[in-house]
Amino acid sequence: MRRERVPIVVLVPAAIGAAFFILPLLGLIVRSPWGDAFTALTAPETVEALKLSLLASLSATAVGLVLGVPLAWMYARVEFPGRDWLRALTTLPMVLPPVVGGIALLLAFGRRGLFGSWLDSTFGITLPFTTAGVVMAETFVAMPFLILTVEAGLRSMDRRYEEAARALGASRWRVFTRVTLPLIGPSLFAGAVLCWARALGEFGATITFAGNFPGVTQTMPLAVYLLLETNQEASFILSLVLLLISLVVLVGLRDRWLGSA
Amino acid sequence: MLLAACGGTGGTASSSPTSSSLSGYINVFAAASLTASFNALGISFHQAHPGVGVNFNFAGTPTLLAQIEQGAPADVFASADTTNMGKLTADGYTAGTSKIFARNQLEIVVAPGNPKGIKRLADLAKSGVIYISEAPTVPAGKYSLQALASAGVKVTPKSLETSVTAVISKIELGEADAGIVYTTDIQAAGSKVQGVQIPAANNVIATYPIVAVKGTKYSDVANAFIDYVLSSTGQSTLETFGFLSAS
Amino acid sequence: MSLEASIRLTLGPLNLEMALTIDEDEVVALLGPNGAGKTTLLRAIAGLVPFRSGHVTLDGKVLEDTATGQYVPTERRPIGFVFQDYLLFPHLSVLDNVAFGLRSRGTPRRAAADRAVQWLDRVGLKSYARAKPSELSGGQRQRVALARALAPDPRLLLLDEPLAALDVTTRAEVRRDLRHHLASFQGIRLLVTHDPLEAVALADRLIVMEAGHLVQTGTSAEVTERPRSQYVADLVGVNLLRGAADRGSVQLVGGTAVAAAGAESGDVFAVIHPRAVSIYRSRPEGSPRNVWPGRASNIELMGNRVRVRIEGEVPIVAEVTPAALKDLELVEGGEVWLSFKATDVMVYPA
Repeated sequence: MRRERVPIVVLVPAAIGAAFFILPLLGLIVRSPWGDAFTALTAPETVEALKLSLLASLSATAVGLVLGVPLAWMYARVEFPGRDWLRALTTLPMVLPPVVGGIALLLAFGRRGLFGSWLDSTFGITLPFTTAGVVMAETFVAMPFLILTVEAGLRSMDRRYEEAARALGASRWRVFTRVTLPLIGPSLFAGAVLCWARALGEFGATITFAGNFPGVTQTMPLAVYLLLETNQEASFILSLVLLLISLVVLVGLRDRWLGSA
Repeated sequence: MLLAACGGTGGTASSSPTSSSLSGYINVFAAASLTASFNALGISFHQAHPGVGVNFNFAGTPTLLAQIEQGAPADVFASADTTNMGKLTADGYTAGTSKIFARNQLEIVVAPGNPKGIKRLADLAKSGVIYISEAPTVPAGKYSLQALASAGVKVTPKSLETSVTAVISKIELGEADAGIVYTTDIQAAGSKVQGVQIPAANNVIATYPIVAVKGTKYSDVANAFIDYVLSSTGQSTLETFGFLSAS
Repeated sequence: MSLEASIRLTLGPLNLEMALTIDEDEVVALLGPNGAGKTTLLRAIAGLVPFRSGHVTLDGKVLEDTATGQYVPTERRPIGFVFQDYLLFPHLSVLDNVAFGLRSRGTPRRAAADRAVQWLDRVGLKSYARAKPSELSGGQRQRVALARALAPDPRLLLLDEPLAALDVTTRAEVRRDLRHHLASFQGIRLLVTHDPLEAVALADRLIVMEAGHLVQTGTSAEVTERPRSQYVADLVGVNLLRGAADRGSVQLVGGTAVAAAGAESGDVFAVIHPRAVSIYRSRPEGSPRNVWPGRASNIELMGNRVRVRIEGEVPIVAEVTPAALKDLELVEGGEVWLSFKATDVMVYPA
């Protein structure tokens, strides 16, 4: 099989681009104190942060699925006035600086926020400084990834399968669960994984909205940030752990990003 | 024509001549609690030495320390405690000896009108009061723990923020009811917050040292700035912002 | 028991207006060129396409009526639909595909699976129960699609171009099987096709559609022997003329009079088979009353015959042998004379 030579004009920038991402990873690997790795990873604060991160990111993904799939369905299937604006709004957190997202969340759900003040006065519930607050912050920044991916999957699937199911007597709910969802399975999975990975790495919105306290709101990224000041080398190790988790996830997804089955 | 101070001693000149042979620019890494005061000092320093530019980077002291040790281009370091200064010196990043330029003390910060009726440190532990603190690695956080311990108050903060300014922001936003910051911070925040004094018996005096960072390009400017801060002009400016004098 | 539908709708460039009644004792085929609206009509009957006005009634029960606003959603209509691409659910096994309609209507899992297996057996694919649709050939998938549509015992079976996706060899075999299944189905059967051979082979009655409107309906014999549109005439391969009959001749629109034995009076169609048309290089003498000059615009070899299209006063297609063509030294564009006997013209009312 003859392989065509890659033009230099393409190869050089591509190589530089690749190096841009490879070098930081190498830097982390080289500077991490592998000897102390075990102690750093098993320290109680680290374990606590890791457990909290997993709990919060998985919860955020669950919320993202429950709320995001119906939204994606509306965007893909229903024509309603203002659809483009709503879609842009729910995609905004993807391009917004996370801290800005955190501030927006405070103004809406904080103790004096639009909705938060009602929550506080009626039920005595406050969301900042709670694990629920962490989940909210992570959901806010991560859900757009899920919505986008699922919407793309719904748009590209062959809708005639749904007609075939209806002609066989399936109710709309049955069509959705037995035909539509399985057919967009790959997009759904990819969307959920992207959502989870983003939630896991979230920092700015979390620290602004939920605060930082070990065991309650101190997720891995926050722990790493603070460790940078107290025990730099431990922070390197933890950064590496976070980076490798995300890398494995993304490699596992391969080219199943946005798109259909 | 008076000669301009060129890396000179603690200034006796109360108003320097407008012409100055000093030129260059420096990056001053200063603790968050110095934000308002150092910005003012920067302006008047530039007025005295028009050929000089001063950039400020304000953050929690441990953050600044980490940044300097990772190679950030700092020329002057103003710390909120001697511990962090000691670390920087021990790690060999300082040029010359550090000097104490100001002192500060703690004060409880609450929302205007003090809606939760906080009168003393013990009130921070009251149920229904959301108390937040700086992280223990931040000098203010460390001092808060000392103050609370000396009053025998046991309270768990709801969040450990990265700097005093972060704590003040959350009080301003109404997310938290109380925190412990410096007197100067409360003064700088003006009418957006209110202070509750901590009695001297429980209070902690924070000492702020300043030093030139090693390897700075414009060491004469760096030292000139430090001298300015230590000068009577600088000191009186700091006092207007609520700092206690250096001695 | 019957299907009765009257539908008016507009879909893009198509303006459809059709009414039909189908009993359960006849298989009916909707025949017409592409774009005629056949599939649209089928889908409208199934409830998949909204229509502007009209109604659909099955066994006396109203499925849809724009006058009263009644609408029974597709999933509650007792129909079976075989789609042109079959649309077998790719993520389900063949068995689960066939059982889908039963399960959707509430049949318990075990019973549905049993019935599905029975149906797979009937179409000869029992051993493929666990296979995925992608593993089957085109012909096999067609049979699964049929079994899937029939398993829930629908009252109305709709088939959209059931053989179109198959290659020629498979088609003949599957057509035989389909005919057998259609015969044993005890409900109303309506299929759509653009292939006249398929229509004639599978259906008892044809409904010919063109541009959204009815053109002709009748048994296959009636339609092919007495075409009422150029489309059908072309399908069957005969010449179709139309005009006013007047004792022995038919006056065409252009003014030409065609001698036709049996033409009495009224608006009529006149059919002349190409075999009955003779070609000459010069004006012929003899008994034929219908003689005209023309030009051979298209010559087509079809097996052991040649079809020659002649343009002129009366455009006609003639059929001769290749030997005759050679003798005539006829090429495209050549001048010719054509003739056919008045007794070879079949006339019937329009």
